[in-house]
Amino acid sequence: MNIYFQLFATFFKIGAFTFGGGWAMISIIEREIVDKHHWIKREDFLDLLAIAQSLPGILAVNIATAIGDKLKGIRGSACATIGCILPSFLIILTIAIFLTPDMIKNNKVISSIFMGIRPAVVALIVAPVITSAKAAKIGWKTVWIPFIVALMISINIGFISNPILYIILGALGGWAFWYFSNKGLKGVSK
Amino acid sequence: MNIYWQLIWAYIKIGIFGFGGGYAMLSLVEHSVVDPGWISETMFTDIVAISQMTPGPIGINSATYIGYVAPGEVNPELATPIFGIIGSVLATLAVILPSFFLVIYASHFIRKHNESGIIKAIFSGLRPVVVGLIASAAILLMNNANFNPNGVTSQLIINITICIIAFALVYFKFPVRGKRINIHPILVIILAGIAGYLIYGL
Repeated sequence: MNIYFQLFATFFKIGAFTFGGGWAMISIIEREIVDKHHWIKREDFLDLLAIAQSLPGILAVNIATAIGDKLKGIRGSACATIGCILPSFLIILTIAIFLTPDMIKNNKVISSIFMGIRPAVVALIVAPVITSAKAAKIGWKTVWIPFIVALMISINIGFISNPILYIILGALGGWAFWYFSNKGLKGVSK
Repeated sequence: MNIYWQLIWAYIKIGIFGFGGGYAMLSLVEHSVVDPGWISETMFTDIVAISQMTPGPIGINSATYIGYVAPGEVNPELATPIFGIIGSVLATLAVILPSFFLVIYASHFIRKHNESGIIKAIFSGLRPVVVGLIASAAILLMNNANFNPNGVTSQLIINITICIIAFALVYFKFPVRGKRINIHPILVIILAGIAGYLIYGL
């Protein structure tokens, strides 16, 4: 079978059967690509994963692009990427066509179901706040950052509530801290 | 400006600045699609629920759904499946396009700088921000539209209770057949939907 089609089919299958995205998808991608198809070695996979993580965007899609590129250049990555996103695209499109905002609002059964679901969705987002704070090792020195970011974005007033501003500031802050502490070290060693 | 260009531009921005995974992207998505009036706050919450229950990353799911709905919400003449499908194709491609080219053309650059420690440093600055981004998505959704749509206190109390129980279910580990496991979010959404039907639908 053609390698382009195989790339497409493998990532189509991964996209169709993994719920939740992110890390759940990564372990399945590793199993398919490294263990089953032997397309790349495990250390190469980990290298691609490190790159995919360092770039913005959707992690699972990034890794599909990186593996396609590694195997067959830009055409390979187009096949892998489209394969990865097509299942969710088709499923959501079908839902969007049949489950319109009007229907959610006006159908009594559906609207009552969503009235129960909405508070639960909020809870689903509160939980990763705590787990990500633990994973990021937020301590007394850094705890003010998430507080300020969450406060400024939630007050929702124009430019200062744009999340992009805080993403740029966070990246710049990390870079500046690294730059100046490196400079300091060099000064000491001289 | 044409709604399609606005959609493409919004989702390219989400693709460029979407660091930290699906939940961290949510406040960026909400900021980009609720503020211009493409969808309501409750619709945004519903899309998050639908994304959780269907396979695939939340970034793709939201782009597809919002791309479909937005043209019709902005201009009633565009509220047909054809214009919706065009919107969802454009938004979905727009959200993956920046990282597609970055992965192909910037991996050499990333590999080089990974060793110098600068990438690590940038992410150490981003990590606390990501926690704040997820928190802001949660706070933005703790609104009247989701908790008290009809201004009835008893409903507000019921909805807060649903939220607290759902949180406990996903956050704490429960003993099942001798093992301590987390309840899957899909199960929590299904249970909340059943509760909603029993409380509000009958």
